[in-house]
Amino acid sequence: MIHFVLLISRQGKVRLTKWYSTYTQKERTKVIRELSGVILTRGPKLCNFVEWRGFKVVYKRYASLYFCMCIDQDDNELEILEIIHHYVEILDRYFGSVCELDLIFNFHKAYYILDEILIAGELQESSKKTVARLIAAQDSLVETAKEQASSISNIIAQATK
Amino acid sequence: MSGPSLMDSLFQRTLEDLIKGLRQQLIGEQAFISKALEEIRKEIKSTDLSTKSTALLKLSYLSSLHFHDMSFATFHALEVLSSPRFSHKKIAYHGISLSFHDSTPVLLLITNHLRKDLTSTNEFEVSLSLQCLSRIANVDLARDLTPEVFILLSSNKLYVRKKAIAVVLRVFEKYPDSVRVCFKRLVENLENSDPQILSAVVGVFCELACKDARSYLPLAPEFYKILVNSKNNWILIKVLKIFTKLASLEPRLAKRVVEPICDHMRRTGAKSLLFECVQTVVTSLSEYDSAVRLAVGKIREFLVDEDPNLKYLGLRALSIVAPKHLWAVSENKEVVIKSLSDADPNIKIGSLRLVMAMVSEHSVAEISRVLVNYALKSDPEFCNEILGSILSTCSRNLYEIIVDFDWYVSLLGEMSKIPHCQKGEEIENQLIDIGMRVKDVRPELVHVSRDLLIDPALLGNTFLHRVLSAAAWASGEYVEFSRNPLELMEALLQPRTCLLPPHIRAIYIQSAFKVLVFCLSTYLMQWGSTASSASPDNLRSGVSASVSYESFDNLSVENGADATVTRGQTYTSASITNESILNLLNLVELALGPLFESPDVEVQERARNVLGFIDLTKLELLNSSVQGEKDLERRGVECSKTIELMHDAFSKELGPVSLSAQGKVYLPDGLMLVENLVGMEMICADIEPPSSNLFSFGIPYEEKDGVSFSNLQIEADSEESNEATSLLAEHRKRHGLYYLPLGKSEIISNDYPPANDPTLQGNINDNADDLVKLTEESLVPKRKSNHAKPRPVVVKLDEVDAKPVGVKKAEYKDDSLSGAVRDFLYGMKDMVPTSSQSNLPGKASSKRKGKEKQHTDPHVETKGNLVDYGNPSSRRRKHRSHGKERKHRSAREKNAEEREDTGQKEKEKSSYCHGRHKSRQRAEEPLNVSAQTTVIPDFLL
Repeated sequence: MIHFVLLISRQGKVRLTKWYSTYTQKERTKVIRELSGVILTRGPKLCNFVEWRGFKVVYKRYASLYFCMCIDQDDNELEILEIIHHYVEILDRYFGSVCELDLIFNFHKAYYILDEILIAGELQESSKKTVARLIAAQDSLVETAKEQASSISNIIAQATK
Repeated sequence: MSGPSLMDSLFQRTLEDLIKGLRQQLIGEQAFISKALEEIRKEIKSTDLSTKSTALLKLSYLSSLHFHDMSFATFHALEVLSSPRFSHKKIAYHGISLSFHDSTPVLLLITNHLRKDLTSTNEFEVSLSLQCLSRIANVDLARDLTPEVFILLSSNKLYVRKKAIAVVLRVFEKYPDSVRVCFKRLVENLENSDPQILSAVVGVFCELACKDARSYLPLAPEFYKILVNSKNNWILIKVLKIFTKLASLEPRLAKRVVEPICDHMRRTGAKSLLFECVQTVVTSLSEYDSAVRLAVGKIREFLVDEDPNLKYLGLRALSIVAPKHLWAVSENKEVVIKSLSDADPNIKIGSLRLVMAMVSEHSVAEISRVLVNYALKSDPEFCNEILGSILSTCSRNLYEIIVDFDWYVSLLGEMSKIPHCQKGEEIENQLIDIGMRVKDVRPELVHVSRDLLIDPALLGNTFLHRVLSAAAWASGEYVEFSRNPLELMEALLQPRTCLLPPHIRAIYIQSAFKVLVFCLSTYLMQWGSTASSASPDNLRSGVSASVSYESFDNLSVENGADATVTRGQTYTSASITNESILNLLNLVELALGPLFESPDVEVQERARNVLGFIDLTKLELLNSSVQGEKDLERRGVECSKTIELMHDAFSKELGPVSLSAQGKVYLPDGLMLVENLVGMEMICADIEPPSSNLFSFGIPYEEKDGVSFSNLQIEADSEESNEATSLLAEHRKRHGLYYLPLGKSEIISNDYPPANDPTLQGNINDNADDLVKLTEESLVPKRKSNHAKPRPVVVKLDEVDAKPVGVKKAEYKDDSLSGAVRDFLYGMKDMVPTSSQSNLPGKASSKRKGKEKQHTDPHVETKGNLVDYGNPSSRRRKHRSHGKERKHRSAREKNAEEREDTGQKEKEKSSYCHGRHKSRQRAEEPLNVSAQTTVIPDFLL
């Protein structure tokens, strides 16, 4: 199973963290510091796997972002690479040629998309189309709610409460 | 409250504002964040849910990317959760799954929220709460929400169902009793045609099987069906993982799956699936030769691929094959060796492991040479990686792969000269270990040591100090093999030795002492032989004295043509003259004189020992050399006696000491360790404070020398050894603190044994018979010409060196989860015992029905049960009591169950699968049936 997912920029800035196993806040910081030290220093033409504390970390760089997933010893690295690619493709489709800025400003959306792909550290949806549809449906739910909330009548109602 | 709330909501910073603000802060980011946190703390208390949720969203951002604690907001997150709006819920769930953990105090309050959302009609809300549950589930949550999850397991919304399946894994983990409720539905889902559902179920079983595969053996037929029929690579990978676990438990299953797996291997274009097949074959199906050959062929494709990922994985797969099929590695030898110079450190280490797996008795020299060359060229880290693996491989099982120890010792010397070498400690241990265990190698060892000691440059490298200490020790201990002891002495006393740490310097001085004694005694003997050349008897005795170093006759270097000259002397005799002895004494005095006042107690003591010895002998030696022949003979006698005594003391051979030897030392009467501990201050006042190195190997030994030496000064002719023994015992008694505790020898185990400790000596000799053993390796026929020499004897201590035979078999893990699963799976069969037992060959159709029944009947039953539960609260209560009941039962029956496990279960399993097995067999080949019934049935259809 996947223990955590990290997105780290080339400069070592963390863009997304998702933990499927229990880590305290302190451990999280430590893990990220350690791993970014290992991964960011690796050259471009090396393999995408790092052995780390009895786990394996599979990472792949897309543009300026490193997508990292930590897995168990007997998990399949190539499968994880495909999951990472799957995620990137879905992000790309959702944001329209995604770039780091999209993820910076829509960090919660990146989470929601990830939540549709992985659950409890396992892949749950392998169809890009389905994920896109699900995300769109949830977005529209959120939008209608927002519209209601920000409508003038609502604000007035609140103000006069 | 409405005023600030409005202000808050109108002028609240959104997440985007926060992010933008953060990005503009080049410096003072922390200040900005703490200001933002302050705002959040205020906003999150607002009554307006939108304000609250925005605050929570910002907080989750800061928590997940800047790692700020958000535990203060756990209750507020719950408040947001109660909002009817989907967008709020989403933010709340996100925050909760980010921040909640098992000990979060408000965890109790979330149960009802989760339950409400799990039963919501909006599938997205259900999905959110499932996702959250998968993250934060603890025992209570898992127990309380099992009924809801159970219902969702057969939801007709696939979207919800697949998530519920994934969540079941966590629920099982936290609350194993839920297996009794949910497992059947989970198994039903294995037959689902939807790939997403199937993928989720297989994923769950894959994780479960990783923990305890045996419990899931009865489900093998279902997995087999998926393996054969599924076209989805994600699912196939998971199923293969399950079979990797199952096949190693059940050979008949392995036989069944090997063909389908090979099919996949041949057909698939997906590398991930291909790799998974290869991995399955090499881990669990390594007895099937054709499959392994196919897999190795695929591995080869990986190895030669440009993609470093495939190369890395290929190497890893090879290292799994290596122990059982070494040919696979040797076939790919070139690629593996070439990967040693790969740019990627991970690949390099992988290939290094493989290269080391290839090492055998015949290839060790060649491979080590190649590796040392690589080590010379590579970066420090990998260089040490290489050296470390050479060292550990060669020393494995008491150097079992080493035939030519001369070569190995010189390799060790060569390795320590590699600039990046940081393996000093390991090399040190091996040098000394080999020196003690292998007699034949000692001349070469001394030679190598000399080369190391004589190079002043090496003294500057702190990593080499340990090696040098071993070299110094060896050259002192085996000085009789030295070609030029005088040169050795110069090396040991060279000025740059001041760079050494004190404890190693002490070893240097001690070795210099040994060399000195040796030189003097050789000199005396020579001189005696020239003086009394007229009387051959005298000469004979002098010679035999020096021959008393054992092992001379083993040497193959010289074939002493002259019977009267011992081989030992051929090394040295030429160089020692009157003059050189004087020079030697002067050199020692010059070099050690300043150490008289050394702050390090160990160095000082040893220096004093040596100088005292010189004081004692020098005068007489000088006189004897100056005066005439007659005088010489008379005066020389006394000092030569002294020298003889010292010489004898040193020439006693050190041997390896059994780990438990210390335990056999008789505890002296009246030894009260505790009392002495109390009197610690007195001892401390008595002597100089002990330095940390007092525990190093030479101590008891050295103490003895010191003591016996002072003893000599008082009464030179006394029985030295007895005196020394009693003195040592006394010393031991007084300073028992510094000796190892009797009976506990772990501390010294890796250190050099105090072999000359007289109390130990007796034991060693007593045990000598069972200690010394020949190794079988020397009898193995050698293929290589350069191995013409027979492998020398390696001394073994049976107690110490015998490797623990067969690691204790991993205990069968009987945790509650797998226990529940097993109970369940086997219980399921018990409900319909007739269907599998009433198999008569004539009733094919009814039997097939029976088989189906077997599947459906129990389902109906449990479904009925659950429906009966009625409203949620009563259902829960019942469920709980159910759980308790089970706990009692399991506690009581666990033992009995375990005892019966193997026999009965095997029977059950086989009878269970038997029916299915036959029904399919029947369809395919009806003739076989009667034969099949007699043999032990297969696990598969």
